Amino acid sequence: MTLLEQFRLWLATILPGWEWLAYVVPAIVGIVVILGFVLTMVIVFIWYERRLLGRFQIRLGPNRLGPEGVFQPIATAVKILLKEDVVPEKGDKVLHWLAPVIVFVPVLMIFAVVPFGERAILADLNVGIVYVVAISSISVVGIYAAGWASNNKYALISALRTVAQMVSYELPLILAIVGVVLMAGSLSMTQIVASQDIPFFILQPLGFVIFFLGTLAELNRCPFDLLEADSEIVAGYHIEYSGMKFAMFYLGEYGHALAYSCIIATLFLGGWQGPLLPPIMWLVIKALVVFSTIVWIRGTLPRLRVDQLMAFAWKGLLPMAIINLFMIAAEVLWLPETMLWIMGAVNLILAAGLILMWSKLFTLGGGRVEV
Amino acid sequence: MAIRTEPFILNVGPQHPSTHGVFRLRVTLDGEVVVDVEPVVGYLHRGIEKLAEGRTYTQNIPFTDRLDYLASMTNNFAYVLAVEKLAQIEVPERAEYLRIIMAEMMRIASHLMAIGFFLNDLGAMMTPVLYMWREREKLLDLFEMVCGQRLTYNYMRIGGVSQDIPEEFLPALKKFVAEMPTFIDEYEWLLSQNEILLARTKGVGILPRDVAINIAASGPVLRASGVKWDIRKADPYSIYDRFDFEVPVGNVGDCYDRYWVRMQEMRQSVRILEQALEQLPGGEVYAKVPQLLRPPAGEVYGHIEAPKGELGFYLVSDNSIAPYRFHIRPPTLINLTALKDMVIGWKVADLIVTFGSMDVCLGEIDR
Amino acid sequence: MKFERYGIGIAKGMAITFKHLFRPPITVQYPEEKLVVSRRIRGNELVWFPDRCTGCATCAKSCPQGNIEIATHVGSENNYVVDKFELDAGRCMFCGLCVESCPYEALAMGVSYEQAQYRRGDLVWSKEELQPLNKRPSGYARPEIEAALPKQSLLIYGDKERDEGGQKLRLIPLSKKRGRGV
Ligand code: SF4
Ligand code: SF4
Repeated sequence: MTLLEQFRLWLATILPGWEWLAYVVPAIVGIVVILGFVLTMVIVFIWYERRLLGRFQIRLGPNRLGPEGVFQPIATAVKILLKEDVVPEKGDKVLHWLAPVIVFVPVLMIFAVVPFGERAILADLNVGIVYVVAISSISVVGIYAAGWASNNKYALISALRTVAQMVSYELPLILAIVGVVLMAGSLSMTQIVASQDIPFFILQPLGFVIFFLGTLAELNRCPFDLLEADSEIVAGYHIEYSGMKFAMFYLGEYGHALAYSCIIATLFLGGWQGPLLPPIMWLVIKALVVFSTIVWIRGTLPRLRVDQLMAFAWKGLLPMAIINLFMIAAEVLWLPETMLWIMGAVNLILAAGLILMWSKLFTLGGGRVEV
Repeated sequence: MAIRTEPFILNVGPQHPSTHGVFRLRVTLDGEVVVDVEPVVGYLHRGIEKLAEGRTYTQNIPFTDRLDYLASMTNNFAYVLAVEKLAQIEVPERAEYLRIIMAEMMRIASHLMAIGFFLNDLGAMMTPVLYMWREREKLLDLFEMVCGQRLTYNYMRIGGVSQDIPEEFLPALKKFVAEMPTFIDEYEWLLSQNEILLARTKGVGILPRDVAINIAASGPVLRASGVKWDIRKADPYSIYDRFDFEVPVGNVGDCYDRYWVRMQEMRQSVRILEQALEQLPGGEVYAKVPQLLRPPAGEVYGHIEAPKGELGFYLVSDNSIAPYRFHIRPPTLINLTALKDMVIGWKVADLIVTFGSMDVCLGEIDR
Repeated sequence: MKFERYGIGIAKGMAITFKHLFRPPITVQYPEEKLVVSRRIRGNELVWFPDRCTGCATCAKSCPQGNIEIATHVGSENNYVVDKFELDAGRCMFCGLCVESCPYEALAMGVSYEQAQYRRGDLVWSKEELQPLNKRPSGYARPEIEAALPKQSLLIYGDKERDEGGQKLRLIPLSKKRGRGV
């Protein structure tokens, strides 16, 4: 039973005859708490990424507003909000307005199933992880709508890239999740965390790598940040956005990063489990570690080309994810419960072998086309 | 049912993060594939060639700074060499050495910039740029020490250089020369084997050897295509024949080779600097040349190996104080003519990368 | 194109960026921190010494921009008295040719560089504004001034030199490995 449900039952006992209130109040409390957490963490993440990226690039990063520049994201937000809202004249005005909302709302909805502690979860859905995958894909529609409605060629290229990229990377991502689900024996996020006595990234290294790479693509992070591709298509889908609408994209992007950092932490790093510190702290710490890695990658790597990106997903990640899934299924089926460590070792060898093999076999196709 | 598709035209530039200045590429795209490219130049035209006809030979030196503003020293160098050839002026030994030192420092600074922004075009968010700027900054400090400015140096004079170096210059440069190979190693660690960089640049934007020769390409672009042609070796000007260095050559002519050639050239420049520092003699740095120089009537073409290629100045004198004709052969404009052949059939992203690997400077193209 | 090296290249690159995480940043936090400029800096300023100037107008002739405007009349001791000495900083490219050419060392570049104005007209410096009242002439082509100016801060020495300008930067540590050459 989650904390919120307990709260509801308690309210129901002290307010007989007002059952509807007992449903409404906890819902509002939950929403407010989640929103507060998300917005605070997004601000922290924005600041953290800028500072960390600065340090990777031997510069300081924003450090003017407040101690160590922590208020910089707020200043940025104020600046963005004060900007004029420009709508392209020949664009699709309704869609142009709707797109940021479609991008931002699903991101918030993901947090409904992120477990912050043993019972601290907004909705302990028994299909939690399926819900995450389903909801987070909706933002693609928003991005595509933004690209289309902007009536801008750069935005359109970006939108088309997004769709292709998301469709391709969703598959290995889901296959990696299935591996986790097999091992945990449940789709519920709390159950997945509870079953990780040994974090799954040790037991399924390959699944972890595939999931991480898929996440990078899903988040449009370097080296898969094709749809923003500063140096090619300028800013991609949000090139024609300004003001509040742009802020929604911005928040959506970092909210997404936060959500996926939490989900990686939940699925592979043991979620809120950890000694000494309160569970929520552990989740935040793990999410920050994941996010730091993402920033580190962003600070180092160039970006792939669109056809190489596709080849990498379909020829590289997908077959590996399938093999990985079958291996895990076999292990779950035949290995006794107590021999988890053997499983980890086998999977590690498998991961190394597959990566070595794929490095030799797999070619990034594409290249020149005759025109 | 076949879906009807049609190519569309995309304007890359004049305001675009990867055009390295104000430059416009009118690209026809079929989906992501480049079908046609038409470079549109002239946004930065300042009429330097015409302006120069109304100014004395010395007064033109600051104008050459404004050609390739990332390599002002070598622009100065090429111009004063041409004038000295025209007026037959002997340059003191120390000035020759100082010029070589400055030119090689400039080459390193320019290549650092080129590689950094090439990586930026590839999508490595500013990190290589900032690492390379750190080294470039050290060089700019030294330039500032010698001639008082960090971008438009105006250091070389007809008959020498404007001032001798201050005494703190040599120790600082020696330290730089000693450290630089370590930093180049670090860059190579960061970049040269990076799989994504290899995947993006190997075989992309190939400039075949014969095409490169036909369009009169020069500099790293030509050498990456496998032609061992470096004016420092082929037609040694100044005192380059006294130094021992190699000319790195690529073999395919793709973006990676162009990147690699630049990387190796930096190492060679460090070698030249080492030797020049050893041999640097004392003495005068400026041969007395009349303020209002009147070279004998005639014409001259002086060229040097600038960081970006063969930079030439064609001067016609009518024995007056100003050149009768002042023509610049900008290396990057001529290299750029090959762009279309190199990118047709590749993706937009490759277009940007290929363009970045040419290392153009719009100040020079538009003049 | 294959990933033949199993991603080792990527790992190497990541190692380099990680190493940089522990190097001191090279940022100079202008305007709180300012570096000491070169002794020969050609700042955005010119300094004119009226007592030394003879009104010969060599500087005006040597200026590529035709930027210096001088008007004189013949004075009582058969010398030139400078009535007008005007310089348009909006057109000046601070090339220093005028300073180099002045035979009486009556013109010098200035050290200052924060000279932005709101109006173009304010960029025209009159005779009075050019005088060295509150200005620091730089050592460009003036060796005796150069010797008296403070040493330039150089990034290559890391802090040691930069500290003199109020910098708080530590020395950039270098790996001990020497270069290979080609
Ligand atoms: S610095 Fe150059 S442009 Fe300025 S006044 Fe002197 S000669 Fe003219
Ligand atoms: S060249 Fe010197 S002395 Fe002659 S007018 Fe100019 S400032 Fe005065």
